[in-house]
Amino acid sequence: MFDDFFIRALFAGIGIAFVTGPLGCFVVWRRLSYFGDTLAHSALLGVTMAYTLDLNIAISVFLISSVIALILIQLQKKTNLPGDALLGLLAHSSLAVGLVVIGFLTFIRFDIMGLLFGDILAVTTDDLIIIWTGGALILLFLKLIWKPLFASTVNYELAEAEGLNPDRAKAIFTILMAAVIAISIKMVGLLLITGMLIIPAAMARNISDSPQKMVIFSIIGGLLSVVLGLYSSLEFNTSSGPSIIAASLVLFILSLFKIKQSIKLKN
Amino acid sequence: MSSENSTLVKLNNAGFKQNDKWLVEGVSLTVEKGKIVTLIGPNGSGKSTTAKIALGIYKNIEGSVEKYTNKVGYVPQKISIDWTLPLRVYDFMLLTENIKDEAIDEALTLTGVIHLKNKNLGNLSGGEFQRVLIARAISKKPELLVLDEPVQGVDYTGEIALYELIKRISDTLNCGILLISHDLHTVMTATDHVVCLNGHVCCSGSPMDVAKNNEYKTLFGEQASQILSVYEHKHDHVHSDEGEIKKN
Repeated sequence: MFDDFFIRALFAGIGIAFVTGPLGCFVVWRRLSYFGDTLAHSALLGVTMAYTLDLNIAISVFLISSVIALILIQLQKKTNLPGDALLGLLAHSSLAVGLVVIGFLTFIRFDIMGLLFGDILAVTTDDLIIIWTGGALILLFLKLIWKPLFASTVNYELAEAEGLNPDRAKAIFTILMAAVIAISIKMVGLLLITGMLIIPAAMARNISDSPQKMVIFSIIGGLLSVVLGLYSSLEFNTSSGPSIIAASLVLFILSLFKIKQSIKLKN
Repeated sequence: MSSENSTLVKLNNAGFKQNDKWLVEGVSLTVEKGKIVTLIGPNGSGKSTTAKIALGIYKNIEGSVEKYTNKVGYVPQKISIDWTLPLRVYDFMLLTENIKDEAIDEALTLTGVIHLKNKNLGNLSGGEFQRVLIARAISKKPELLVLDEPVQGVDYTGEIALYELIKRISDTLNCGILLISHDLHTVMTATDHVVCLNGHVCCSGSPMDVAKNNEYKTLFGEQASQILSVYEHKHDHVHSDEGEIKKN
């Protein structure tokens, strides 16, 4: 069944959508979209490390992204620079270093377009195993830290005062972000991963009145985007990442009509 | 009651410094089960900081805090909630603990906002939101309640009812309350122990002791002496909820 590249891509995308749905909600709630971008840009460095040291791409990307996240936390403590400047600094310098290193590795042929925008042909059965087991672990950890993470997203001091240990939850969440980028990089590409996190969640926000509903709609939105995007990628011979993100944009635009309706009802 | 097992939180000479400036220093106080301790003092005197020290929100403090309970309900003075979150009153009630539906309904009824249960939190008025905050804190049946200006934005009659509710909660749940209030009248009638802050503890004791203190009079001026006269007038008895007179 997994002999066909398209079926593999489809299952990979479905696995990714189940994870990006709930994580994306937290990215929107906690205003972490630039943080996600930074981790994704640093993933290029992870890919080059995977090729040079002959490691698995997902594991290598996960390690590098986690290191970048730790560096960011340290820089936030030690410097007076605003958060967005630090994020920009890390995002672009790690992307630049990654590209320079690729330039040196002349003995390996890189598919730069595939790295940046995703490549469904590249998904192997091993990748499927990594996506589904990694994804299940990410969701399990997210379930475990849900209460403190959500409470501190609403109000940090309430969570801290009532004994929920929000700092630990935040640290684990950062690792989960690195992990979700690691498992989705082949499929969506490093320039568009944050889109996969944000756009279905933003669409879900438009049609939800409770956090649980937003998570569920975000997963459904992600799944629809993957299926629609991959079929159109096959049909029109376009890159998989942009096709999936474009499909999620269509869903987002449709969700805007729902807002208009509810505003009309109020008036 | 022996002080050892009824103590909920104890501050020993505690203080907190931010950017080399003391927000508050040298605070010692104890909150016990069934007792109300009130912090008073002018703006910037360190009332909220003291509450946050007691709650363990500030980590690098001077002195020490001994906390003997993890069942804490907190009503912060300022709360900024990001409306990118779709959050109903009901979801907010479950924020830090999974509480049974009956307990949620009971708490919302007590604070008079049960009709808002399925409303979006972002659409509430200031007073309504304050009532929801109090309901959330008491619905957990906490052992320690920390209330930082809990009735701000609530209309006058509501304010009295909420203070009565707070007093009743301290009696029925036998929980300790650390209350911050700018309403001197309430403070002087419903409190067991008053701590008057002005960057440090300027005086503390029973409401009566504090009201007689000269530093307290300088801090609060005219209003303070009026309260004193009110208080002295009826200091031989207290009124129960039903209005009947009880001898001290």
